[in-house]
Amino acid sequence: MSDEIYQDHILDENECPYHRGHLDNSTIVHEDDNPLCGDRVRMELRVADGRVAEAWFDGHGCTISQAAASFLTREVEGKTLAELREMPAQRVLDLLKVRLTASRQKCGLLCFKVLKTMIYTLDEKRSQVDPQSVPPGRCSL
Amino acid sequence: MSSAAKPAAATASPSVRRLDVEAVRRDFPILDKPLPNGQRLVYLDNAATTQKPRQVIAKIVECYENYTANVHRGIHALGDRVTTELEAAREKVREFIGAREVEEIIFTSGTTASVNLVANAWGRKFLKPGDEVLINEMEHHSNFVPWQQIAIERGATLRFIPLTADGRLDLTALDDVLTDRTKLAAVTGMSNVLGTINPIRELAARAKAKGALIFVDGAQSVPHGPVNVCDPAIDFLAFSEHKLYGPTGIGVLYGRRAVLEAMGPFHCGGNMIRRVFKDHTDFADLPAKFEAGTIPIVQAIGLGAALDYVNSIGWEAISAHEHALTRQAFEQMSAIPGVRIVGPSLEHRGSIISFTVEGIHPHDMAELLDRRGIAVRAGHHCTMPLHDLLKLTATTRASFALYNTPAEVDALCEGIQYARKVFRRG
Repeated sequence: MSDEIYQDHILDENECPYHRGHLDNSTIVHEDDNPLCGDRVRMELRVADGRVAEAWFDGHGCTISQAAASFLTREVEGKTLAELREMPAQRVLDLLKVRLTASRQKCGLLCFKVLKTMIYTLDEKRSQVDPQSVPPGRCSL
Repeated sequence: MSSAAKPAAATASPSVRRLDVEAVRRDFPILDKPLPNGQRLVYLDNAATTQKPRQVIAKIVECYENYTANVHRGIHALGDRVTTELEAAREKVREFIGAREVEEIIFTSGTTASVNLVANAWGRKFLKPGDEVLINEMEHHSNFVPWQQIAIERGATLRFIPLTADGRLDLTALDDVLTDRTKLAAVTGMSNVLGTINPIRELAARAKAKGALIFVDGAQSVPHGPVNVCDPAIDFLAFSEHKLYGPTGIGVLYGRRAVLEAMGPFHCGGNMIRRVFKDHTDFADLPAKFEAGTIPIVQAIGLGAALDYVNSIGWEAISAHEHALTRQAFEQMSAIPGVRIVGPSLEHRGSIISFTVEGIHPHDMAELLDRRGIAVRAGHHCTMPLHDLLKLTATTRASFALYNTPAEVDALCEGIQYARKVFRRG
């Protein structure tokens, strides 16, 4: 890993991001910011059969926050929710291929925080919906 | 007398008020020390906090080594000495800001604490539903959120003086927002982002004509020029010592005696009482009424040393020096492609320049400047409503102090050009 964070692959990803914009038929949307520096990232996923069919992001902020969101958006497409649940933060840092200082990790991992929140929200929704989906009088056990 | 030598930067004679910047720099030990990356420090984050001269550091060490004790309590030699030193510092503040009485000088932990003190202690007692508090969108969160919250709590309304396109208060619209319902106008002496120097004299006069109090946030203005709370007459002034070459953790609230006496207390506890009964308390006289608990004693004494330091150089020399640096930076930066400076022209501006560079986020700009040893601030600078108004999420800010040099302004501009190259813009 390099200490030079402003490399061409980062600058290129920032200037020509993957799926920056809005997804009309999203299953889930989440947005978060880093109030100290003002970075903001929104991610939108369309989930079908437990798998991310399509992912888009938008936001504004420093090169690292936006390039990381773009890399992660490309990465999550095709992955199952189970795979995303297991994805470690290090995966985002690996995608960036540069070594981030502690303060810049907050920028680089903002998108990861957004993604994880979406996964937890989907899990939460499922756990709330599932008991009701069992018809009365029938035990699921 | 402190063990520290006299400031090396004292001007040659009273008639020649020119600042000897090399002599000044020798007073600041940190300026000579290489950074972890080997670079020489170019410190342009003075609006956040200033570096400290050895005279202040020596005073703090002297205090801890020779007379550590609590104030206003111990009937012993150390307690007596430290109380004398503390009260001498209070008198220095009185003189520094031109207050009539030393009891009008309240020591707080900083500007934020000073604003909160007044917003709560004055607001709880005097703000009623339907009353109005006048602020504006250039205020730092510390002179914004306390007023917003007390207004919500008391059912009062927050009104805003509109800003002009170049980031000044639009006083042509003042009559629309400064009304008979206005109870207090809070305004910064100088914007921490735009650098705008506000027309306190006119505002104070017009607020007074409406029977409103005026609260001036001097966090940015007090460190850069003389202030006199009696001319123009204001009701409150707040500032932080750490932006004025002194220690962190100490600040000042000046309040006009009549207003301070009418207010209830803010923090309650030791020192602020006259007599405590089981069912009620009589409060102490000024300034103790607003200084509950043990105040930052050593910091307050260090504050006195910092005021001595500034006085030894003189505002005339400091202001001229800082204005020249600001002019140089403003002109050189304006010539760099893609640079946009926010805020007014030089005639309305103090020594702060916030800017954006096309295609480079301020966070990235600050990191690239840091590689060259140049310390600046990037972000919203605790002014989210202002950044919303400017339609910017963040800016990079360079701010100057008495020890900065023309060569450092050159280094800043070269740093901006370097960042443009890294970002394939130049």
